Amino acid sequence: MKVIRELWRSLIDALTGLGAVTRFLLRLTAVSPGALLRFDLIVAQIFNSGALSLVIIMLAGLFVGMVLGLQGFSLLQRFGSEEALGEASAIGLVRELGPVITALLFAGRAGTALASELGLMRATDQLSAMEMMAVDPIKRVVVPRFLGGVIAMPLLAAIFSLIGIYGAQLIGVQVMGVDSGSFWSQMRDGVGLVDIREGVVKSLIFGIACSLIAVYEGYYAIPTAAGVGRATTRTVVTSAVVVLFLDYLLTSAFL
Amino acid sequence: MPKNSTLNLGTGAFVALGFAALFFLTTQTTSHGLAFGSPPHYDLTAKFDNIGDLRVGSPVSMAGVEIGRVVKIDFDTREYKAVVTMRVNEKYNQIPTDSDASIYTQGLLGGKFIGLTAGGAETYLKSGDHIDFTQSAFVLENLIGQVLANFAKSGSGSASSKPEAPAATAPPAEKTK
Repeated sequence: MKVIRELWRSLIDALTGLGAVTRFLLRLTAVSPGALLRFDLIVAQIFNSGALSLVIIMLAGLFVGMVLGLQGFSLLQRFGSEEALGEASAIGLVRELGPVITALLFAGRAGTALASELGLMRATDQLSAMEMMAVDPIKRVVVPRFLGGVIAMPLLAAIFSLIGIYGAQLIGVQVMGVDSGSFWSQMRDGVGLVDIREGVVKSLIFGIACSLIAVYEGYYAIPTAAGVGRATTRTVVTSAVVVLFLDYLLTSAFL
Repeated sequence: MPKNSTLNLGTGAFVALGFAALFFLTTQTTSHGLAFGSPPHYDLTAKFDNIGDLRVGSPVSMAGVEIGRVVKIDFDTREYKAVVTMRVNEKYNQIPTDSDASIYTQGLLGGKFIGLTAGGAETYLKSGDHIDFTQSAFVLENLIGQVLANFAKSGSGSASSKPEAPAATAPPAEKTK
């Protein structure tokens, strides 16, 4: 049957891709300690993936927090427990929304930039030129971008959660009139270090996943204009799916 | 690509902001704060029949003022009771030895906390001391069960009065001492 053969083919393709990504990750990890010596390269990439994503992260965090404040308030009001708004929005942001939305935005903002940059380097033979000069492009180009993304992501997620909490506070306390004292004190009672740790671990793992997918797609992009475009698209799509899948796994592991 | 100093400045600002956010999240949104040498304190223990959903970190209060926190919850295998260790701020070291500890609920559905009520003794509790008078957590299900059983008993005599015979005879007790 043709359908079954097609399915079989795509399954084999998927497994081959997964294996290739895993081997690429192992290769990157093996080179990483050496790449730490060129810390200036990593700093430049933290700037590219982290600092330049700051505006979109902060804006998104503010609006997500404001929406949480509004929705949470109208829902909690039905049960007469508006004071739990602080706790509800803080837990939602720190554990779930902060890491996940940051990762999705990161894939869109920084992941695409990484993939298209590496893809263009590949298409314009810059990577081959480095190999010619006995410079390992993995070590010189790929690993700093990967590590920069991994370092930037937890910081971005923390900033997102922080701004989000203030967004919820803005709507809940300033507009809807929840008592400021109980907003913060219920948050303090309800949020534990466990929640923060869960958020940090999640965003670290999402950082690894998103950066890995971006550099992999870029590095192995088909060296044509269409190939680079395709690598960019695949980066966003794969990152989004992988992040949401990992999020489910991690959440069930932490609960 | 920006100049090197701008780049360093931008990266530095970003990293500082990120860590500031993390710092804020761990200190301001949780009750832990920083453990830069916690304030002087002493530990008290108390045994409860049932602690409900009291957790490590739940507040210990006296007259509504938070004076400490629960630091450890253990189970006594001989008496089948919960052993709760409370860490009380050294400032409040004048708690009479015959004070009693009860577990209350914050709000209608909030978390549990321990409330201490001062006794009349002249001597004060010291570190490692044991509070003898305790009152267990108020478990909503038990009360509802008792009320329902009471209704069943007074309402339709024969058919539904069978379950929970001992509970049904008792009045809807609010305390389970």
